[in-house]
Amino acid sequence: MLLEVRDLQVEFKTRDGVAKAVNGVNYSVDAGETLAVLGESGSGKSVTAQAVMGILDMPPGRIAGGEILFQGRDLLKLKEDERRKVRGSEMAMIFQDALSSLNPVLSVGDQLSEMFTVHRGMSRKEGRAKAVELMDRVRIPAAKERVGQYPHQFSGGMRQRIMIAMALALEPSLIIADEPTTALDVTVQAQVMDLLAELQRELNMGLILITHDLGVVADVADKIAVMYAGRIVEQAPVHDIYKAPAHPYTKGLLESIPRLDQKGRELYAIKGLPPNLMHIPPGCAFNPRCPMARDVCRSEVPPLFDVAPDRQSACFFWKETLDG
Amino acid sequence: MAEAILEVRDLVKHYPLTQGILFKKQIGAVKAVDGVSFDLAAGETLGIVGESGCGKSTVAKMLVNLERPTAGQIKYKGEDITTMSGRALKAVRRNIQMVFQDPYTSLNPRMTVGDIIGEPYEIHPEVAPKGDRRRKVQDLLDVVGLNPEYINRYPHQFSGGQRQRIGIARGLALQPEIIVADEPVSALDVSVQAQVVNLLDRLQSEFSLSYVFIAHDLSIVRHISDRVGVMYLGRVVEIGRDEEIYDHPTHPYTQALLSAVPLPDPSARKHRERIILTGDVPSPANPPSGCTFRTRCWKAQERCAQEVPLLAVPAEFRLTEGPAHHPSACHFAEEKRVVPTESG
Repeated sequence: MLLEVRDLQVEFKTRDGVAKAVNGVNYSVDAGETLAVLGESGSGKSVTAQAVMGILDMPPGRIAGGEILFQGRDLLKLKEDERRKVRGSEMAMIFQDALSSLNPVLSVGDQLSEMFTVHRGMSRKEGRAKAVELMDRVRIPAAKERVGQYPHQFSGGMRQRIMIAMALALEPSLIIADEPTTALDVTVQAQVMDLLAELQRELNMGLILITHDLGVVADVADKIAVMYAGRIVEQAPVHDIYKAPAHPYTKGLLESIPRLDQKGRELYAIKGLPPNLMHIPPGCAFNPRCPMARDVCRSEVPPLFDVAPDRQSACFFWKETLDG
Repeated sequence: MAEAILEVRDLVKHYPLTQGILFKKQIGAVKAVDGVSFDLAAGETLGIVGESGCGKSTVAKMLVNLERPTAGQIKYKGEDITTMSGRALKAVRRNIQMVFQDPYTSLNPRMTVGDIIGEPYEIHPEVAPKGDRRRKVQDLLDVVGLNPEYINRYPHQFSGGQRQRIGIARGLALQPEIIVADEPVSALDVSVQAQVVNLLDRLQSEFSLSYVFIAHDLSIVRHISDRVGVMYLGRVVEIGRDEEIYDHPTHPYTQALLSAVPLPDPSARKHRERIILTGDVPSPANPPSGCTFRTRCWKAQERCAQEVPLLAVPAEFRLTEGPAHHPSACHFAEEKRVVPTESG
């Protein structure tokens, strides 16, 4: 297994108390595999990824427990300088907003070649040549002419390509993409997703795709982990989950999105709001919004039940949910 | 079609590009909207879709008179509102209200919810006399599904979805006939989007509203709209009833756009043809000659560079009765199905 996250817990100290952002998350990714982590804002999907990358702001953040095994090593036990070597060369991250992730006063060529001069000890000239090569690889037209340009001179789609190039520069074995196409237009989104999937295949990388978009997940993921209030509520191969969800939250999400290929009956709407992480409801965190909630849901935290091999659901009534 | 409540004809908005400080001279223009025409019937929802920079929000601003068009007409019940001013304009504005995209920046953080929703009555006191306002605001809160007791709270005490409900209540305050909604749900979480979409649906039948619904999300537009117009670089390239656009598109841009939308159905992955466009949308300051889509179109030929295609029913479909019979601005329009039917 390339990456294994075990019982990860992350909390943030705030003025109003401790916010429990991640409460015991388990997931794993293999080389060449795509895991989609699906969730709404505040579900803990990005915080988990930041903990894996080691870029959490600490403090106020704190890893309260768990292990992050990357190629067998527990990253949480590494010293910062060892961690730094892993970051960038062995795992890399692509962020949602390319414009604010790139340095506006350095040319894209400088930013790309920095990867090689810092991590690989190459000269500036060699780094520059590598930068052009990378830009070609992510199909930026006229790479040689554009290598000296600044981020603002590129369009949104092109900037996201540069982010991808930067993540791929040292050929890492794991890529974490946090909403990589959310800020892009549909036609450009398709281009970028295609490119990412192709490069992943070519380099046999593991990919963790963090998103709220059920369409994007269906398009590229092998397996999917659905998060709610800092926990994984359902985990399954992608085909199974869309065919028959085993958790009421997943089911609600699937029924609440309008479909391009269907004309509108009234949409199912999950009632209420996602919980405040400072006051997560006792028992199952989803119980106040759940149409199936019973007494046990309000008092006991449901563990992850095995629904099938490779498939888990954190619902006491997963059988009923699965059946209809 | 029922009688048109709004007729938009050849609407144009150019923003001048100037050079020099003291002696400004115009060196060009950003052609944000470049000849848009459509009708809105009473009680219907017209969806407008397009990518960023296509001019859809500029159209919205002109409809509510926040921007003055460079040319063209917007007729509300037969009268051109673009040339109106003073009292006449004020009366029309009451009937065309707007709901904005971002519920965080479109509500004043220093005003209570009651003041925000009641503010339109300051400008139009004839709708609600002073003593009656508090009750009216509470009614509105109830209508949009918020607790009427929240009237003295401030926007920061609400979640995104609740704030958008406040924005909608403000839009309804003056009992308008038309609501222009610019990306009203795109800032919301998935599970909350459905609540707001259903609310908009319910309000439409309750108050017989007409909607102009602007969004980039094609699935939501299909869900809510009776008719849909697709915009590209300041122009409407195709317009028609929802099944005409989604199931029988004839313009290559519409086809590409529809085929690029990821479907929440992994089994559609294999048997779905995707048209992946190359390149980016050109700058509206310097749009291509002829058909503006030709630089990204796989069908483009000589003729596309020279002749601007008009938005009309294409010649090959003019005699047929079928769903391909709708306006499409392409010299080489042909029907192509890109959205699989009912989960393929």
